[in-house]
Amino acid sequence: MKITVDEEKCCGAGQCVLIAPEVFDQRDEDGIVVVLEPEPPHDQHALTREAAAVCPAAAIQVRHTP
Amino acid sequence: MAALRPPMAAIADQLLDEMTGRGNSGDLKAHFAFPLPVYVICDMLGVPAEDRDRFSYWSDNYLSLTRYSAQERQTAVGELVAYMSGHIAAKRAEPTDDLLSTLIEESSGEGEALTDAELLGTGIGLLVAGHETTANMIGKMVAMLLADRTRWERLLENPSLVRSTVEEALRFDANGGFGLRRYLTEDVEIGGEVLPNGTTVVCALAAANRDETAFENAAEMDVTRTPNPHLAFGAGPHSCLGQALARTELQVALEVLLRRLPSLELDIPATDLERLEGLLVGGLSEVPVRW
Ligand code: HEM
Repeated sequence: MKITVDEEKCCGAGQCVLIAPEVFDQRDEDGIVVVLEPEPPHDQHALTREAAAVCPAAAIQVRHTP
Repeated sequence: MAALRPPMAAIADQLLDEMTGRGNSGDLKAHFAFPLPVYVICDMLGVPAEDRDRFSYWSDNYLSLTRYSAQERQTAVGELVAYMSGHIAAKRAEPTDDLLSTLIEESSGEGEALTDAELLGTGIGLLVAGHETTANMIGKMVAMLLADRTRWERLLENPSLVRSTVEEALRFDANGGFGLRRYLTEDVEIGGEVLPNGTTVVCALAAANRDETAFENAAEMDVTRTPNPHLAFGAGPHSCLGQALARTELQVALEVLLRRLPSLELDIPATDLERLEGLLVGGLSEVPVRW
């Protein structure tokens, strides 16, 4: 699994950090998303997908890698 | 948000101490759901504990369209503005560890200092945007869970469902208020009809949240539903600014209630719960419970 985020779209709602704090963080200055684990380990996949699905700005893309 | 959890839980515990000290039944709305979010915002703004209850009164007045007279509203808004202005002046003189002090210090550090009017708008905005909404949602969430007590029992057995339960309560709430307004900047087709550029539209949140094409068994409350892309906080770059705070408050409120009052149940039939009228945001006027 590979994650990319669109910083331009991100509105800093922090949903992803509340759901998957091991994968996402927010910048201190403006709350914009920071990806901690661009290729998250298996046990984080479900939470990562959930974070992407509910992002209010649809700023998180999850790609599946074989 | 994670850092806010312990102080929030302490406030929730303290409110329950007071409520349970009065007997074995009471209005959960008045004693718990209503004060909790104001106390949290007061803490964030650095408002001392002894002024919290005046804050709740002002905030309630601000958002009530019908409960208070125009005169009462005007007085309350005037008092709130006067109090906040004094509070901001005090923080300018002597900054402490709170949101207003941080805004004052960091904005002046960046050479574009916030004016008193901007700080006032921010402080009052946070209070009125974050109070009734969250207070009503705590009340509605608990009422939904107790209306079918198997939901409550399921949570007692498995408190890790708190997070998905909060999201589902937000989705399931059909009483969300007026709806989202959007101004169209291009032609948009909705349901086979073209709405021209320049139209103002209102999105009925409750209908969107029960959309069968978006949610399986949309009419069922499923406390395990994940992911739950509901629209209770709106959508897009102007979606609710306070959603992380609101979510955290709802989760903490529920966790503390489950821990402290596992025997909680409604004190009246669920069908007798009364809707609150005349507020910009929908809620229940009382949530009578026993424990
Ligand atoms: C359960 C509680 C809450 C609910 C259901 C709620 C719901 C909403 C909704 C539906 C919107 C409009 C979003 C849109 O147009 O897309 C909104 C906006 C907003 N909310 Fe909340 N809210 C809650 C709590 C809070 C809290 C705790 C705060 C702040 C402390 C807050 C601050 C705001 C602000 C500032 C906006 C305007 C955002 C903008 O226009 O950019 N809300 N909220």
